[in-house]
Amino acid sequence: MTTTATTDDFAGDTSIAARTADAWVGTRKGLFPIAIDGSAARVGEPSFLGSPVTNAVRDPRDGSLYASIDHGHFGVHLHRSDDDGATWIEVAAPEYPPKPEGVVDVNAMSQREVVWATQLAWVLEPGHPDRPGQLWCGTIPGGLFRSDDRGQSWELVESLWNMPNRSKWFGGGYDDAGIHSICVDPRHPDHLVVGVSCGGAWSTTDGGSTWQIAAHGMRAGYLPPELAGDPDTQDPHRISRCDAEPDVLWCQHHCGIFRSTDNGGSWDEIEKAGPSTFGFGVAAHPHDPLTAWFVPAISDEVRVPVDGRLVVTRTRDGGASFDVLDNGLPQADAYDLIYRHSLDVDRSGERLLLGSTTGSLWYSADAGDTFSTVSSNLPPVHSVRFA
Amino acid sequence: MAHVSLAKALQRHADCPPADIEGASLRSVLDGYFARHPAARTYVLDETGAVRKHIAVFVNETLISDRSELSDPISEDDRVYVFQALSGGST
Repeated sequence: MTTTATTDDFAGDTSIAARTADAWVGTRKGLFPIAIDGSAARVGEPSFLGSPVTNAVRDPRDGSLYASIDHGHFGVHLHRSDDDGATWIEVAAPEYPPKPEGVVDVNAMSQREVVWATQLAWVLEPGHPDRPGQLWCGTIPGGLFRSDDRGQSWELVESLWNMPNRSKWFGGGYDDAGIHSICVDPRHPDHLVVGVSCGGAWSTTDGGSTWQIAAHGMRAGYLPPELAGDPDTQDPHRISRCDAEPDVLWCQHHCGIFRSTDNGGSWDEIEKAGPSTFGFGVAAHPHDPLTAWFVPAISDEVRVPVDGRLVVTRTRDGGASFDVLDNGLPQADAYDLIYRHSLDVDRSGERLLLGSTTGSLWYSADAGDTFSTVSSNLPPVHSVRFA
Repeated sequence: MAHVSLAKALQRHADCPPADIEGASLRSVLDGYFARHPAARTYVLDETGAVRKHIAVFVNETLISDRSELSDPISEDDRVYVFQALSGGST
């Protein structure tokens, strides 16, 4: 199924500062560029002011910016900028094919019919450097889409969508399942690992023609004990790959933290990580396979920082121990939650950004040793990405 | 007797410890459970008696099939699990 862009100019609704940003922050009410000078970062003029920006990414291969907008009443729309956000054109949004006659597709948990229509374009991910113009998009209700023409058209990866195991998937946060993590393997353009809430993790080595489960070792405490180890129904909140050692993947799961050293073939649980192992975001160090960052909240039931103190946890030894980083973060009366796409590390492994549900944004130039507040007045933050 | 247990997330809001309850259908088992622990009823069922949208009920390893009438049969020693579904609460 292929969809093609039909409109071509959104610039009239977005007056944007035309400058190269160092990062992009998608929020409930617009997309904000972030300019960084040394240890200081500041917020620039927004694009799409007033509209919910689900995810935004700058393609490092050609400098294009992509933004996924959830207009609610008016549906999901994707936009691309070829001039660093000065102007945007609307490209195609992922569209599902018609559900074939006689196909029954029921959400395993809600027992309601899954509608084959894009509810959310949850994550956008540039493809491998050897595949210029190739993009991936993970959506709710669970479809993975590929574009080979910079978002002008999208094709549903039907092999994953039509896989029988999908009948076991269900929603995490949203009513239906969704793909939120797409980890391209820098060693090969056809090798991917994707994370699904709640449908485990899946890997392909042939560009998406066939898929293997990649969630053995994860643990689902939200199911009867006999089902807790079922890889098909795990809820990885976010999966992040170490670019320098791509077999190393980190996962912040609904029920804890997990690490894989065999490209998702198996996962080991990390049972202790500072004040809590519950959270949504994870950032893998791009060069050091032993280093990753997390932002803990109390628990599934209480999704706020422990004791009202916002901290970042960092391991530098593969999860054996964690530093609790709080320098520059609010240490009293803080009720910020960091969503799964709202923690990012840059390609150097030194610069971090995290954005919260209460509209705060923090920056670190020293791998989390110290943070500075960029803003406390943004709309709720959905996504943070370095350019 | 069916062995009924409710999720930790529900235990924060209402008294609902594990209990063994007689009954041949899910409706009768849950009615028996909520007779003992009435404060938990409205957290699991809505005013029509149906399972709330974001609550998941398993009998052993199987999700129930009838969320409105609760007619799923219950056998001796079945385990009834009431969970908070992961839908409905990402924030």
